[in-house]
Amino acid sequence: MNFRNSSAKLYEVYTKKKVLIAFFLIILLIVSVIGAIKVGAADLSIYDIIHGLLNSDAPGSSIIWNIRIPRILAALVAGFYMGMEGSVMQSVLRNPLASPYTMGISQGAAFGAAFAIIVLGAGTLHSTQAHAVMVNNPYLTVLAGFLGAIIGVIAILLVARVRNVTPEVMILAGVAMSALFSAGTMFLQYFATETQLAATIFWTFGDVERAVWNDLWIMIIFLMPVLLYFLYHAWDYNSLESGEETAQSLGVNTHSLRLQGMLITSFTSALTVAFLGVIGFVSLISPHIMRRIIGNDHRFLIPSSALLGALILLISDTAARSIISPIVLPVGIVTAFMGAPMFLYIIMKMRR
Amino acid sequence: MILSVEKIGFSYKNNPVLLDVNFKVKKGELVSILGVNGSGKSTLMKCINRILKYKQGLIMVEDRNVKKMKEIEVAQKIGYVPQSSERGFLTVFDAVLMGRKPYMGWDASKKDIKLTEDILETLNLEEYALRYINELSGGELQKVVLARALVQNPKILLLDEPTSDLDLKNQLEVMEIIREVSKVHKIASVVVMHDINLALRYSDKFVILKEGQIFAAGGRDIITPDIIKETYGVEVEIENFQGIPLVIPKSY
Repeated sequence: MNFRNSSAKLYEVYTKKKVLIAFFLIILLIVSVIGAIKVGAADLSIYDIIHGLLNSDAPGSSIIWNIRIPRILAALVAGFYMGMEGSVMQSVLRNPLASPYTMGISQGAAFGAAFAIIVLGAGTLHSTQAHAVMVNNPYLTVLAGFLGAIIGVIAILLVARVRNVTPEVMILAGVAMSALFSAGTMFLQYFATETQLAATIFWTFGDVERAVWNDLWIMIIFLMPVLLYFLYHAWDYNSLESGEETAQSLGVNTHSLRLQGMLITSFTSALTVAFLGVIGFVSLISPHIMRRIIGNDHRFLIPSSALLGALILLISDTAARSIISPIVLPVGIVTAFMGAPMFLYIIMKMRR
Repeated sequence: MILSVEKIGFSYKNNPVLLDVNFKVKKGELVSILGVNGSGKSTLMKCINRILKYKQGLIMVEDRNVKKMKEIEVAQKIGYVPQSSERGFLTVFDAVLMGRKPYMGWDASKKDIKLTEDILETLNLEEYALRYINELSGGELQKVVLARALVQNPKILLLDEPTSDLDLKNQLEVMEIIREVSKVHKIASVVVMHDINLALRYSDKFVILKEGQIFAAGGRDIITPDIIKETYGVEVEIENFQGIPLVIPKSY
């Protein structure tokens, strides 16, 4: 009798553990959502929350449905996109530092969106900080943001084509693109009719408070198709782990995989940037944390990074609302405080 | 004839790397590609696999033009192990299961899992199944990569210096595996080798490349002191040891 477990059995147990970890993340998300509904200028009890969610006449109902839920949903959806963007970009560019933010793609999208709003009149600028920018034409704004992001992607892909380019050099190219786009955005704002400080902050530090139901729908519609596309290609991303040539020998068209991956991630990053502004580092760190826990199997890495991204962004936003309450910080400031040290840590680990 | 390479020519930019290369491989045959560094060996392997797009010539696998096959079809016929493999953050089981990629839809099937289990058992890799490949030794990694190419169920196996980073025992073990699977599964193996004696011990045929052209090709009888001198610029003697020719370099 052979009492040892077969390798296939062990593998099955091992993969089930990863599914369990994803479930655990979902439970954490649910708890965080309840916490996030509760916390705020008007503190709601669990009873108020349940009552307000179900009954539109209840006293807490309008706070919940018009203020807290859109904000929470925006954090969840944007974080989910960011987790996917980071894990896919890090895979196709073979670069652990890759993310829309570090590659200057978010800043490209921000420039495009700013161009649509200021020059093409797709939105208006106001002097209040919370709703400094109103998007009247979300489609044009997203499209322009996407075009801006594409310019960033083209630059990155051109740099990536150079032989033996190190991950650090690609990041430097990202820094250059980011500086260029930020300057472009500043330039637009400088010549805008109402050049308020608040509007500048919009694109520098993104904020989920800006989400309104109209914009949210556009962000939500693309969530499932994008996730399904990435999951369908999970084994392709896995094959890249063993190197470009091995992937090709397994029938993977690595060039089109890379191009498609970059285009889709820039589109989703344009979606979030156009409505919420640039929120940095979540897309960089959530795949890193998940990779440490479950490894680099993209079948599990992509969805769990997405869940963790949603969790990080939601918790950050809840913190941003409560740290120096009643002042509400843009969540981008909180994620930058958390993400920048982590970014340095990754760079130092790579050097070894 | 399972693999036939006809008049292949390839250039990097304007530098010709391969010129008019012809050879054929039968089922179950193990062919060693010999030659100095830069003689075009790796380029030839990549052309056969269509990773590099050649302009001149024709490569036929089971009487089909490789250029006219889909990427996935090529992957179902040809397994390839490049000179160096990157060590991703995947388990051994995942890394081998990946060889089933050309047959997968959304995910690995039960059959894919079973075949992976079998090949791990054949190569004595079971106990490593859940180890991450970046924790493996060179010999273990080479066996994992070989297992991946074998689980692909290929008709042709292309191996680029499969023994170069291995110690003596692992060199022999890997070559034994290659010879064994070639014979049992009727796979045509094309192996780039630097160790002539290892090649002589395990191969059925030899192709010697010099400056991108075939300098000599055939059975063991083509390995003569003259040919070796012309190819590598080294004076050698060839002794016969238990029926296998042994190439011994003269003092330099």
